[in-house]
Amino acid sequence: MLENKVALVTGASRGIGKAIALELGRQGAIVIGTATSDTGAAAISAYLAEAGIKGAGKTLNVTDPAQLDQIISDIEASFGSIAVLVNNAGITRDNLLMRMKDDEWDDIMNTNLKPVFQLSRGVMRSMMKARWGRIINIASVVGATGNPGQTNYSAAKAGLMGFSKSLAREVGSRNITVNCVAPGFIDTDMTKVLPEAQKEALTGQIALGRLGQPEEIASVVGFLAGQGGAYITGQTLHVNGGMYMG
Amino acid sequence: MENIEARVKKIVAEQLGVNEAEVKNESSFVDDLGADSLDTVELVMALEEEFECEIPDDEAEKITNVQQAIDYVNGHLSK
Repeated sequence: MLENKVALVTGASRGIGKAIALELGRQGAIVIGTATSDTGAAAISAYLAEAGIKGAGKTLNVTDPAQLDQIISDIEASFGSIAVLVNNAGITRDNLLMRMKDDEWDDIMNTNLKPVFQLSRGVMRSMMKARWGRIINIASVVGATGNPGQTNYSAAKAGLMGFSKSLAREVGSRNITVNCVAPGFIDTDMTKVLPEAQKEALTGQIALGRLGQPEEIASVVGFLAGQGGAYITGQTLHVNGGMYMG
Repeated sequence: MENIEARVKKIVAEQLGVNEAEVKNESSFVDDLGADSLDTVELVMALEEEFECEIPDDEAEKITNVQQAIDYVNGHLSK
């Protein structure tokens, strides 16, 4: 259980991030969820309060390094040291490589990959002192399988897997674990925009024959954060209904 | 207040898990006291907290033995 441990979840206003925030809260954590807008942050505060979870929603643009430092010191001052970091915030900028603009590539790296490094660095001092920490990065099945139109997104997600392995080796001796959870095709706003024909084709490749629910990702994140995941580090857990089997 | 040398040695012993008696001024953190690279980073963090200062990375890299740590603290605390 995560009784009174402080957890930071980026991109927590909806979808997978929201489900993760609620799951960690259910395990007793104090949860700080971030959103890019004040409205999103307020929505996080509201659902946490409704679920009786201690914590707050905060506004954060992960591409602004000053905001990353600020939010860590704010959380430490208000709630205590961050023990669980879930890097969930992410965007897509899909395009075929031949049409991809530099800024479509850069947006993905600057949102999906670089802040994971910066936030991990930011929380490391207190995790090392505590001799306890959990960093869980939300990757994607496409980081392992590839997907046409997502060279940028899949590069960033595969980057998270390599990052997690290296950091896991660096800080394992301090009882800090670093893992990825790689969701498959999950029923969220990010996948709602896909054309119906593409959804059907994708579902056909899933052994369980259906999309996953955000809660089915959150439960695995909760497992890694809790005692059950204590001896797992440097891994990517694929949670995709059998769409990809490692 | 304990003198700086004693405080530095105490932190080194605590951080690296060695007896204070083993911590000599000329002891190298890595070669004599068995520190790895992460230990040395943590040691600098602990010194920063004990002496309420910030040790820049390029300075921290130069602190490889006990005397250098004592000298650094002596040189920067008086300011």
